[in-house]
Amino acid sequence: MTDVTITVNGREMKGSVEDRTLLVQFLRGNLGLTGTHVGCDTSQCGACVVHVDGKAVKSCTMLAVQASGSSVTTIEGLASGADLHPVQAAFREHHGLQCGYCTPGMIMTAVDMIQRHGSSLDEETVREELDGNICRCTGYHNIVKAILSAAGASQPQSIAAE
Amino acid sequence: MGVEGIGAKVLRKEDRRFITGRGRYVDDMSVPGMKYAAFVRSPHAHAKITGIDTSSAEGMPGVIGILNGQQLQGDGIGNLICGWAVSSKDGTPMKMGAWPALAVGTVRHVGQAVAIVVAETQLQARDAAEAVMVDYEELPVVTTAVDALKEGAPQLHPEAPGNLIFDWELGDKAATDAAFSKAAHVTKIHIHNNRLVPNPMEPRAALGHYDPAEDHYTCWTTSQNPHVARLVMSAFYNVAPEHKLRVIAPDVGGGFGSKIYIYPEEIVCLWASKRTGVPVKWTSDRSEAFLTDAHGRDHETDVELALDADNKILGLRVGTIANLGAYMSLFSSSVPTYLYATLLSGQYDIPAIHANVKTVYTNTVPVDAYRGAGRPEATYVVERTMETAARELGISPAEFRRKNFIRSFPHQTPVIMAYDAGDFDATLNAGMEAADVAGFEARREEAKSRGKLRGLGMSCYIEACGIAPSKAVGSLGAGVGLWESAEVRVNPVGTIEILTGSHSHGQGHETTFAQLVAERFGLPVDNVQIVHGDTDKVQFGMGTYGSRSGAVGMSAIVKALDKVEAKAKKIAAHVLEADEGDIVIENGEVKVAGTDKKLGWHEVCLGAYTAHNLPDGMEPGLKEGAFYDPTNFTFPAGCYICEVEVDPETGTTEIIQFVAADDFGRVINPMIVEGQVHGGLAQGIGQALLEGTHYDDAGQLLTASYMDYAMPRAWDLPNFKVSTNETLCPGNPLGMKGCGEAGAIGSPPAVINAITDAIGNNDLTMPATPEKVWKALNAVA
Ligand code: FES
Ligand code: FES
Repeated sequence: MTDVTITVNGREMKGSVEDRTLLVQFLRGNLGLTGTHVGCDTSQCGACVVHVDGKAVKSCTMLAVQASGSSVTTIEGLASGADLHPVQAAFREHHGLQCGYCTPGMIMTAVDMIQRHGSSLDEETVREELDGNICRCTGYHNIVKAILSAAGASQPQSIAAE
Repeated sequence: MGVEGIGAKVLRKEDRRFITGRGRYVDDMSVPGMKYAAFVRSPHAHAKITGIDTSSAEGMPGVIGILNGQQLQGDGIGNLICGWAVSSKDGTPMKMGAWPALAVGTVRHVGQAVAIVVAETQLQARDAAEAVMVDYEELPVVTTAVDALKEGAPQLHPEAPGNLIFDWELGDKAATDAAFSKAAHVTKIHIHNNRLVPNPMEPRAALGHYDPAEDHYTCWTTSQNPHVARLVMSAFYNVAPEHKLRVIAPDVGGGFGSKIYIYPEEIVCLWASKRTGVPVKWTSDRSEAFLTDAHGRDHETDVELALDADNKILGLRVGTIANLGAYMSLFSSSVPTYLYATLLSGQYDIPAIHANVKTVYTNTVPVDAYRGAGRPEATYVVERTMETAARELGISPAEFRRKNFIRSFPHQTPVIMAYDAGDFDATLNAGMEAADVAGFEARREEAKSRGKLRGLGMSCYIEACGIAPSKAVGSLGAGVGLWESAEVRVNPVGTIEILTGSHSHGQGHETTFAQLVAERFGLPVDNVQIVHGDTDKVQFGMGTYGSRSGAVGMSAIVKALDKVEAKAKKIAAHVLEADEGDIVIENGEVKVAGTDKKLGWHEVCLGAYTAHNLPDGMEPGLKEGAFYDPTNFTFPAGCYICEVEVDPETGTTEIIQFVAADDFGRVINPMIVEGQVHGGLAQGIGQALLEGTHYDDAGQLLTASYMDYAMPRAWDLPNFKVSTNETLCPGNPLGMKGCGEAGAIGSPPAVINAITDAIGNNDLTMPATPEKVWKALNAVA
């Protein structure tokens, strides 16, 4: 067992874990932060995306011990109080979720994407950068729309016409 | 309509918890003392179990107990069953092989559960499961249905000689033969409908908790129909008496059919909880999901279509072999029969149809309903055949379809269904306009100038939803009734709880159902709470599948609301000293029409509970329930048009445009309906282009992870152009037909018709991967 200290959503959290414990297992199992999901065992689906030191990371591909000393933001830490983060609000406004299972990972990925591209985001880039996030419910149409809207980017013609 | 009533785009009430990470799925649950389970699974597709040695596993850290199939049978836990009895054409009953929740004696597919390990942590359970030594004696394997029917094929179940479960037929063979004898043209085509893995993003999970103090069981499970799970687990599997079993399906992360069934794992977790004395939680990983969630489709079909000299359809002959996998899953028998062959008339007036379906055991994962369930298979047969016939005759596929459309309703098809309403010209016209079909040839030329091949394909689908009149399905062999229940509880302050037997796993019921109350009483949707998914709260229900929650589930709510409204009016009439017939309820007020006399809705509700001033003889309270049994199936229909561009160098297909023009009857929330169509389209396009399920000869699933099974990603899909036309369904109070599956039903033939149009070769199977498209193109080039 190894001791880890991770700042999660602004609070310093300590734990003792088996070395093989994944970050997602630590977040869900040790801290009870069940908003971060597990949708696969091959690092393909992105349901587990969190931010580690400000960058989007699949928390199923990182050991908890590797994250020790880092600052992690999960979906639970994204909104400030009752105010939704603009990306969360955009997912709701544009119906970018159905069952909600992929949603936390989608939102964390989108926040990172928008941080890097800002309003210069376009549909093609969004679709390309969603490569690591699978949604089985929405067909992505409304997710793309929500991300472009949250980025303040213009919608492609095929969507803007709606 | 009010701002939140029928037809309004109301943002979803349920979203807040999902976007903030506060959804509660089964794996998020824990109870005091809870331990973890892992299953020992067969690595072989077909083998005899000659021994199970748990001795070294039992000594491993954290292990609490290891249990096997013999102990399960010893405790009287029953075999899994198929709940829909379908007989062969000669009258013999279907041949169901025994399926114990933990294998006894023989395993018949890779991944079949053999034993359960319960341990302190999930990792310890998995470590110990790997240390359980099972001795197998391998048996010969067969994975395709066609091979399984051959002489000398490996035999799976002693109950089913030749691996044949049933040899069923529907329609009039003599009339169909007669139609073909008169035909001026016959189109023949072989259809392969690829096996799919449903892949809801939330893997299945079960938490079983036996409380010895109360002798009571609780099961949290990823289910689309918790009441059915409770009924089946108590009445058929003997896990617990029904009144001592509570089943809870909390937030469920997608289902698409695969979470209808009661699987071995929830049965075993409940039983193991009693056996070990601790609550037991199991969560599937994705690899297990590929190996154990019921798969979908997997048909081989020969079709013949007979036409007269004027291109009118005379008859249709269909022969299908359906692979049901190693065991008969809960509704597996109904999917390739009553949910398939009954839709073979499509949107067309076909005087004679005959369908023969053989269902077959193989050493593969059991196959059951997956989004559309039988109807995508039927639509693919009909719409590929229509397109092929039009091409053979050199006529416009749209005009050929139009020539054969059904135009008067009700219309009795030769295959059971009585279509109640529809306007197929309207959706065809809407689709063609939105897709700018008129301008297609110019776009094809333009693409050609860039060295690309453009193609256009359409599909005019019809499906049957709202399953279904209990009496009708009972006469066809269903083991359950398919009504729905609802209870409307009005609180003394006027807020409302609606308890429904429907279950939401992405469909947005918490919003759509609340809109009915907004419409009826003019209350904000925020004053309405939808309660579902818990057998202790909702008395009974049949759950959500077959796009039934609107047409059936909401009809039950309407009936209960009718009763609430009637009682509220009686109370108001009494208090206001007015005639009951003059009372109207709108905008949260209960008024006497044409006067300024009124009460607030909350005043009437409070009055019902104080009971200080009720009409003589009236019971206090304001709470009503209803059961609704549909009078017919509903028939959503539409026209889908796909335009593709194929790169002849690589065989890569790009979808340039996808148009969906649907008729779902009454639309309650257009935003949610569009979302349902988008999701269905993604699954249908996934089937057409990407998703292939492959077994090797030893029965190993080669496509058992997201590295090998091509799930549609954002870059595989276009933006969709969707629209709806509302031809109301006359069979239910809201005129709804259902929208949950249409996208997956109508889209595969549109995609394949488009690609085959682009490459000029009709011989192409799904999924149309670049390799297959390139080969098909070069076979004719
Ligand atoms: S759970 Fe991390 S990528 Fe799927
Ligand atoms: S909303 Fe269900 S998987 Fe994306």
